[in-house]
Amino acid sequence: MTEQPLLVAERVTKRFPGVVALRQVSLTVYAGQVLGVIGENGAGKSTLMKVLAGVLSMDGGHLHWEGVPVTFSSACQAARLGIVLIHQELSLLPNLSAGANIFLGREPRRAGWIRQHALAERAKRIMARVGLQLSPETPVAALPMGQRQLLEIARSLASDARLIIMDEPTSSLSEEEAQRLFDVIDELKRSGVAILYVSHRLREVEMLADRVCVLMDGRNVAELEGKDICRNVMVRSMVGRELKRWRRPAVTQQPTEPVLEASGVATSTWPEQEVTLSLHRSEVVGLAGLVGAGRTALLNALFGLDARAAGRILVNGQQVMFGDPTAAMAAGLALVPEDRAGQGLVLQMSVQHNMTLAAFALRHRAVSVARSWERARCLELCARLGIDKARRSSMVRLLSGGNQQKVVLGKWLLLRPKVLLMDEPTRGIDVGAKQEIYGVMRELARAGMAIAFASSEMEEVLQVADRVVVMHEGHIAGSLTGSEITERRIMRLAAGLHPVMA
Amino acid sequence: MRKIAGISGVLVAVFVLTAVLEPNFLTGYNLQNTLRWTGLFGIISIGAAFVIIAGGIDLSTGSVVGLIGVMVPLLLADQGWSVPVVLTAALGAALAIGLLHGALVTRLRLQPFVVTLCGLLIYRGLARWITGDQTQGFGMGFDGLRQLAIGRISVTASFGIPIPFLIMLVLAVLSALLLNRTVWGRYIKALGHNEEAARYSGINTRRMVVVAYVIAALTAALGGLLFALDVNSVQPAAQGGFYELYAIAAAVLGGCSLRGGEGSIAGVVIGAAVLRLLYNAINILGIPTQLEFAIIGAVILCGVAADEIVRRLAAARAARSAA
Repeated sequence: MTEQPLLVAERVTKRFPGVVALRQVSLTVYAGQVLGVIGENGAGKSTLMKVLAGVLSMDGGHLHWEGVPVTFSSACQAARLGIVLIHQELSLLPNLSAGANIFLGREPRRAGWIRQHALAERAKRIMARVGLQLSPETPVAALPMGQRQLLEIARSLASDARLIIMDEPTSSLSEEEAQRLFDVIDELKRSGVAILYVSHRLREVEMLADRVCVLMDGRNVAELEGKDICRNVMVRSMVGRELKRWRRPAVTQQPTEPVLEASGVATSTWPEQEVTLSLHRSEVVGLAGLVGAGRTALLNALFGLDARAAGRILVNGQQVMFGDPTAAMAAGLALVPEDRAGQGLVLQMSVQHNMTLAAFALRHRAVSVARSWERARCLELCARLGIDKARRSSMVRLLSGGNQQKVVLGKWLLLRPKVLLMDEPTRGIDVGAKQEIYGVMRELARAGMAIAFASSEMEEVLQVADRVVVMHEGHIAGSLTGSEITERRIMRLAAGLHPVMA
Repeated sequence: MRKIAGISGVLVAVFVLTAVLEPNFLTGYNLQNTLRWTGLFGIISIGAAFVIIAGGIDLSTGSVVGLIGVMVPLLLADQGWSVPVVLTAALGAALAIGLLHGALVTRLRLQPFVVTLCGLLIYRGLARWITGDQTQGFGMGFDGLRQLAIGRISVTASFGIPIPFLIMLVLAVLSALLLNRTVWGRYIKALGHNEEAARYSGINTRRMVVVAYVIAALTAALGGLLFALDVNSVQPAAQGGFYELYAIAAAVLGGCSLRGGEGSIAGVVIGAAVLRLLYNAINILGIPTQLEFAIIGAVILCGVAADEIVRRLAAARAARSAA
């Protein structure tokens, strides 16, 4: 490559309290190319992206923009050069409209007044490019997560970005929305925009990236090009070993007795639809579907978080009331929610305190916190889930995503639930930890638990589920078992089509 | 522990400095008075801290102090009700106020600031209305009851530990146990940090928020009773004025974060002591009392800023040592 690189980072170092997040990391980005950045959780990917976008300052190293040395003391300076970071946690303002968000800070104006019509006009054109058919007046708070992600990308298009950094851009997108994003990325490449693509989803990296930079423990460990960009090589260089993957048993399981029988469940999100679903002992059911198809709404309703839900839920033949999570827990239900940081964990509390938080709700007669009991349970769970027991009293915020999710799991295992509901069980978790979580799920199922998990990751559904239930616009479009479970059938059902082509 | 270390340092520094500059500070009478007022303000500060730790705020404390403060002498001395009946009535009023705040915050989802700001105005108005704005007092009677506020347990001839301080200590120990050793305390901290995660863990977060507001109202009422017994001349328009701000200041000085979740009872008690000590120092050192608020404000600001700076330095040092 003789061409002048757009951005060169040399020996970038970044320290945080207690850890060195980046040790002399270097990378080079060329205009019109996609550079994939991969690595396990805690490898330093997100930190590196934040440094490149000027959100975090560097403790050492140099940056060159088109050959000229630059330093960023704020994200503004990076933005002025055309560097845009699309955050893992979205940074849209939910109280403003879609149009206002797209042009935030760059509103078309005349003498200080915003030109509303021009703004709406341009917003509409830009949204069309990412396939969003919305009125620019729609408040962002009313949009589902998948659409917000696309809106975020639309925002970077509006700013004439030259380098777009995407951190796990598809984590909340359905397959269809993700495909649209890939088309947008292709278009951006052709127009000379460089893209830094950070993702755990190696299939996407394989498909999109021209070059791949692999990080491990805050260091460069490999740089891949050409035919080296394939799953096996990437996984090997990321974890430094071949990955042992859990495989779904080929034989269809013997039918077991139902543990949970939900009938005629209408959620407040889809009040017109009625869902009937049963989960059996030792069964792992994957809930597939597009984002917004009603999977989260269903799981939340089953766990008693939807006060306006209607229908009937029986657990082991006993009816469970809606709208009361404590009652759902007492009946043997548990929910690992979609938003780990917001709903699953109290980030500022310790591992131990998070793990016992739910158990107290059912042991309400126990007024005082029995510390020895708490400690013993936590140690057991750490051993069982593979969490370093030395981290027992550290704040959950400081753990990697995989370990955080294990803490959420541990919280529920303490209650010995009969039915475990999981919403996006491995979102934003590295490949190694994913397999560990799958292993735990299978082990729990073997011990008799019924598990239902909603997932937007096709690979995960294909790999883990004994039975796949596909949702479409609030109802169950179909249920697949054994050899029927194919990507094609799931996709057709999710899109509201007949599973087999007529 | 580190958080308490900072504020304890301030307490010792102010104490030593004042004692050196003005030896009269160390007289038994003066120390006894400072302890009594520390006890009185500590009581209402502990209640304020519960609400703050639960992620809310209570601005009505001073007005509750005023309302209960006029209600008790009015019913006892004017209306001639018996002591147990009056105390029960005061308790009931405080309970009702706490439940009302909690219900408005959890059921109607009104913001705590707004709810308790309205409380501040309403209870002050009620206090002035039921008394016709007339100063209330116990006169010469009710000596036994007044011992709760003005009594002391003699240690030497000139110094005794004031009863309100002992009441505050008992309350502090109970509160610390509640906050640190009981399930309810754990829940209050958890929901202060992340209410949604607490709800997803099956915690009845509404009930715990109500509990916090009830504790705040009850401690404000207890404070109101003791303040009234202490001064024996309760002005409906002024009694307890600004006390909610003292209580919040003590809680913040003691390490409570207004974002919720953080705080310790020991810190709050020491925070209240620092405020009273400063007030006393201003008086005894002959600093113009007009400067009282300015000095207290400056000290709180410096304390909070120093705390933040120390934390950043510690974080930076940890980062370097990891390198």
